[in-house]
Amino acid sequence: MAHLAVDKLSKSFGAFHAVREASFTVAQGEFVCLLGPSGCGKTTLLRMIAGLETATSGRIVQNGVDITNFPPSKRDFGIVFQSYALFPNLTVFDNVAYGLRSKGSMRTDTRARVEELLNLVGLPGETKKYPAQLSGGQQQRVALARALAIQPGLLLLDEPLSALDARVRQHLRHEIRSLQRRLGVTTIMVTHDQEEGLTMADRIAVMNAGQIEQFAAPHELYARPATPFVADFVGTTNFMPATFVAPGKVAAGGRELAADTPGGLSAGAKLRICVRPEDILVRNVTEGAANRIEVSVDELIFMGAFSRAKLGVAGGVALQADFSANLLRDVGVREGSRLTVALPPDRLRVFAD
Amino acid sequence: MRTRLDTDALLQRLALLGVVAYLAVFLALPLGTLFEKSFRDHNGAWVGLANWLRYMETPSLVASLGNTIWVSLLATAIVVPLAFVYAYALTRTTMRFRGTFRAIGLLPILAPSLLSAISLIYLFGNQGLARWVLMGNSVYGPIGIVIAQVFYCFPHAFLILATALSIADKRHYEAAEVLGASNARIFLTVTLPGVKYGLVSAFFVVFTMVATDFGIPKVIGGRFNVLATDIYKQVVGQQNFEMGAVVGMVLLLPACLAFAADRWVARRQVALLTARAVPFTPQANAMRDWLLFAFCGLIALCILTLLGIAAWASFIQYWPWNMSLTWRHYLFSNADASGWSAYFNTLQMAALVATFGTFVIAFGAWLVEKTKGAEILRGVVQFLAMIPLAVPGLVLGIAYIFFFNKPGNPLGFLYGTIGILALNTITHFYTVAHLTALQALKQMDPEFESVSASLKVSVWRTAWKVTLPVVSPAMLDVWFYMFVNAMTTVSAVVFLYGPFSKLASVSIINMDEAGFTASAAGMGIVIVLTSGFAKILQSLLAAYLAKRTQAWRMR
Repeated sequence: MAHLAVDKLSKSFGAFHAVREASFTVAQGEFVCLLGPSGCGKTTLLRMIAGLETATSGRIVQNGVDITNFPPSKRDFGIVFQSYALFPNLTVFDNVAYGLRSKGSMRTDTRARVEELLNLVGLPGETKKYPAQLSGGQQQRVALARALAIQPGLLLLDEPLSALDARVRQHLRHEIRSLQRRLGVTTIMVTHDQEEGLTMADRIAVMNAGQIEQFAAPHELYARPATPFVADFVGTTNFMPATFVAPGKVAAGGRELAADTPGGLSAGAKLRICVRPEDILVRNVTEGAANRIEVSVDELIFMGAFSRAKLGVAGGVALQADFSANLLRDVGVREGSRLTVALPPDRLRVFAD
Repeated sequence: MRTRLDTDALLQRLALLGVVAYLAVFLALPLGTLFEKSFRDHNGAWVGLANWLRYMETPSLVASLGNTIWVSLLATAIVVPLAFVYAYALTRTTMRFRGTFRAIGLLPILAPSLLSAISLIYLFGNQGLARWVLMGNSVYGPIGIVIAQVFYCFPHAFLILATALSIADKRHYEAAEVLGASNARIFLTVTLPGVKYGLVSAFFVVFTMVATDFGIPKVIGGRFNVLATDIYKQVVGQQNFEMGAVVGMVLLLPACLAFAADRWVARRQVALLTARAVPFTPQANAMRDWLLFAFCGLIALCILTLLGIAAWASFIQYWPWNMSLTWRHYLFSNADASGWSAYFNTLQMAALVATFGTFVIAFGAWLVEKTKGAEILRGVVQFLAMIPLAVPGLVLGIAYIFFFNKPGNPLGFLYGTIGILALNTITHFYTVAHLTALQALKQMDPEFESVSASLKVSVWRTAWKVTLPVVSPAMLDVWFYMFVNAMTTVSAVVFLYGPFSKLASVSIINMDEAGFTASAAGMGIVIVLTSGFAKILQSLLAAYLAKRTQAWRMR
């Protein structure tokens, strides 16, 4: 049974719909990420799960209990805020022990437990410092230890890494993920950083304008985006306008391409095709290969391990393609060279426009 | 859908109801009674606008409305520019002794308003040392009122303007300089626009203070009538409560106008300081600094002189005929039957006001800021808390007479006790204290309570363990503000004291009226010393608190 089930949850502020009929489930021990641009309603959704906002309609069920109208104090969760909200006048020890003492545990137990938690988050021996004396990453760990102290059934993380610099962020990303695995604590994290979502989550709910556009595992999301928004927001993608010809056939830029087409389209219907830059093939494009096109390399931008090429296609469409350093060397691609590339039909996603 | 309330949320709502009840009983209902009273005759019969028409038809009363307006305008026009230059010198130059000048500039806050009037009488009165300065004009009347008001209001205007001037972005000045603007142009295009709102606010605050002050015109007004003395005469002198109520309502007008204007301006205020602003650091400029030093020196000298004269005169045998020194004027019982007990009453009242008031006001502000939901209740508290700023003490005072003296009021037992004086004073100074507490609370992370809820810790424990320690310096400021105002206030309490609860400030008025001016000055000095002592105590406590509860601020 799912640990948490969110069913058609909505929240409106007057005429503004912050969240519309959001539904998803989180399995026991699963790490779910709410991903989307700022203002998409992901934080509001998380706050409703915590009981910090009241839902306008819908249901939240945790462990089989309908908690929709429970105040936060009656719910079972630990939370880490973007600001960490560490109590500034309490030491690291007192911050972590804040939820323990009220549960009436013994002093020595408390001490041992706090030390265990600080070890767990990789911050041993810093018990006497105040939050202002810690770095951002250390504060983040204390906030995490404080939230985990009460052994919550559900851990909520609201943009926990966005206040940190890039290097610390990468490191903590990995640490939080492995800690979560080790403890097996069911976790929901809000983020606007798609890379963070892809690397950490078991499943991702991509949100846009208050709605969940797709709820799927990272690789599924990346390979088979359900909507143009998801295709665009997660990873980089090329969009090409096209029209429907027949099932499995579309027309784009004056040529016919083979692609999986959605059902229920009539001939001439407007479509958008998308293809990821790394899916554009250069090697082994044989005579019989599907979707062969002639392109010119208009621009090559060096990005380190690979280069991003701007490809000009007859008919005025431009495509971005990623070429590895290897490929550039082997094939000898330069600005101005002409190439024959292929767009593998199984890598093309077709959306009705 | 509604979230079910947990125990904490229920208790918070009950407490909010309590604060609403408090403000209703001690603010809204008395004011309502006053309003109603102005439409009734002596026997309580409804007479509509009859009292108001009689007011309009009484030339002396209408004249004092005009007097109030022009005296207030004149005093404001003098004090705001003086305070501006003083504040400018202290915030925008490298002049020496800025700290000392700041302390001296704020000294008048420690004294009751009428102390400066008493000093002026010693200087320029009928037996004054420097009577010749006035070239035959009497200090009793508008001249004395205006000069005394300038001293009384100076620190308030200075504080507002110093705060406004201390907020400046160095980059604006650098940009102006790089663009080749002259100093005068920079002053007109960068400095002045930056403090526009401070100036407007200072103008309205001073105007209201002068228009509603009672102590100064009572002591030095002579036969020159203003609204504040009219109320006193109508209510205490002629027992004409109905007319007193009408004058009270009239007195509410300038204050309400000033209040509305100030709110209007505050809404237009945009934040000048962004997170990326570079703090302004004044550059040395010998000529400017010395000129301003001379100016500040002069002002400081005037303030010290005025306080010094009162202190000195209180030890003089018989001014100006026998200038030998004596303690006898401090045997207050020779001058006023209440003697020293008036002082101890004041001390008791001020301690009550500061301690109980800070608790009630801070608790109210905490509830407004930290209660989840309950928008209507919180809005009501917030609205009621803003009203006292627009209600002059005198008006609140007679409102209390009408309300608590009404036969059948179950709270009537409070009448004439120290308790009602304390409650009245807390209400009188509620707004500024409330705003200070609210400001301090707003600086805390709003998620503390959310975290506590997730950790199953009650809001009360978090308030005690986290919120209170963090805001304790601000609480100390509120405590001191309430204490000093309670020590020096005259206007409201002059209507409310009973035979056993006379206050020092009222006793000053009585002693002055009876011709014991030296004792009046002496009592004023005792108040100044007490307030000064409280200030020192506050500084020590603040230092202690900084060590005990603010260690976390150190990096």
